[in-house]
Amino acid sequence: MGRASSLPLNLWDGATGNWVVSFGTQHFLIKRRGNVLELVLISTLNGVLYGLLLFLMASGLTLIFSMMGVLNFAHASFYMLGAFVGYQISKWAGFWPGLIFAPLIVGGVGMLVERFGLRNVHKNGHVAELLFTFGLAFVMEELVQIVWGKAPVDYRVPALLDFSAFTIFSTNYPAYKLFMLAISLAIFVGLFAMLTRTRVGLIVQAALTHPNMVAHLGHNVPLIFMLVFGVGAGLAAIAGVIAGPALVTQSTMAGLLGPILFVIVVVGGLGSLSGALVASLLIGLLQTFAISSNVSMADLFSFSGFAPQPNTILNDLWRVSVAQIAPILPYLLLVLMLIFRPTGLMGNRES
Amino acid sequence: MSAPTTTTTPSAPMLEVRDLNAYYGKSHILQGVNISVGAGEVVSLLGRNGVGRSTTIKAIMGEVAPVGTVNFKGRSIVGLPSYKIARLGLGYVPENRDIFPTLTVRQNLALGQKQANVDGRWKLQDMLDRFPNLARRAETAAGVLSGGEKQMLTMCRTLMGDPDLIMIDEPTEGLAPLIVKQVGELISEIAARGLAILLVEQKLSIALDISSRIYVMGHGHVVFEGTPKDLAANADVRREWLEV
Repeated sequence: MGRASSLPLNLWDGATGNWVVSFGTQHFLIKRRGNVLELVLISTLNGVLYGLLLFLMASGLTLIFSMMGVLNFAHASFYMLGAFVGYQISKWAGFWPGLIFAPLIVGGVGMLVERFGLRNVHKNGHVAELLFTFGLAFVMEELVQIVWGKAPVDYRVPALLDFSAFTIFSTNYPAYKLFMLAISLAIFVGLFAMLTRTRVGLIVQAALTHPNMVAHLGHNVPLIFMLVFGVGAGLAAIAGVIAGPALVTQSTMAGLLGPILFVIVVVGGLGSLSGALVASLLIGLLQTFAISSNVSMADLFSFSGFAPQPNTILNDLWRVSVAQIAPILPYLLLVLMLIFRPTGLMGNRES
Repeated sequence: MSAPTTTTTPSAPMLEVRDLNAYYGKSHILQGVNISVGAGEVVSLLGRNGVGRSTTIKAIMGEVAPVGTVNFKGRSIVGLPSYKIARLGLGYVPENRDIFPTLTVRQNLALGQKQANVDGRWKLQDMLDRFPNLARRAETAAGVLSGGEKQMLTMCRTLMGDPDLIMIDEPTEGLAPLIVKQVGELISEIAARGLAILLVEQKLSIALDISSRIYVMGHGHVVFEGTPKDLAANADVRREWLEV
């Protein structure tokens, strides 16, 4: 490896795909499996895709929070419900009817939850609302387990999209993932257009900050709350329908994703839609890159010659790779954000 | 020959508040307020800070839970959601100038209309023609307007909903004298177009100029009712309940 630099630098050697860390005249080689360019491209695509999927859910969550002041613990449950309803419809009528009707059905369920659940609970304050959505998440998980069982269901990618779209180096990129990307992007664009171009969207925007004033102007704010809750649930369901076949459709999927959504909403700034987008992409990319990186402290500091005693806790920590700590990275980000910028990236709330 | 109108009650006021009570927690804020506003009448609600003027208006709109009788156009509006009260033709301009900061001035005005593109007595273009400051910033986010411009925008926005009675809470609070004059002119014009107004004000001069009747509040109920002339003549009431 004939790379040299006077500064400590990370250099990527394109020919071999290895990283060369140089300090003065000393060079340290960090070997990688596969091609780094390939890894970066595929991870970026996957990260953006995961981020957009997260945004489908986080957007509804942050709108609902901003408008009604309700942190909806059951939001990820609508994602799970979407996947299962989509699966069931796909068994009867195929994938495509599921993609259309599952979000509509789940959106309808969301509206009923708002109209007959939250609206009544609202009188008793925010704690009651929190507890209500918290309980609802458990109820939905149990109901899904009663109907579909605890084991993953066989939710398949539609045959139409079950092929490889393109090949980068040695990776075949599935067409279905591109389809997920396209759907997520289309909904994101549609959501922004609706919020900024239509009268209903403007009323929703106004109600985000001043729901009482919107009502004083004669707009039916309770109806708008119900619609926003329904649309939020429907968006989460779309994420469930398109993610179900690609990931695992199982009753635990809500519990796995729910906490990440809260991280996104807090990191982006509670109530900020653009903040939610940035945070979704950030978390999506962070997690995707982290799980594909097996760099550990031992690799980074191998030049120092320091090596902990074998069979000690320090040695174990020293050899933990980034991939192994990937799941806690979002929460680490959350903690840092709460310490250094509690309003979130784009939040402007004082409370 | 007399008109056969005896079956209805033509003299019933447009807004009638009888024995209105309101509470913040355990504090009894309104203790039996009685006021009325007739169609096309300009009525001012005066008093020092904290005597319950704003709370009276909030209780009428249902923002604070009202206990008592509130009739608008002959029907009770106690317990109605505020959007339904607004749709009956009761406009409300709150004291904190609740403009929608992320929307443009034009969008703020457009949302004043209860339905899209349905013009009432006030048209969007009229508003912009009348207020060059708003017209110049029609496509700007309303959050950057000055305090006076925000006040104008809030009043214009409520007018876009074509109310028959408009309740305006402290419109001149914290504004420069020149802006106060403009706000006063707009209120006069609202009155000239035949709308009823219930005005909460600190500045005696505006209230005396445009009101046909004045209520003075103290300690959660009405302590004086009369014409501006009555109030001008009654130094005791002014000293006890108004002057600082």
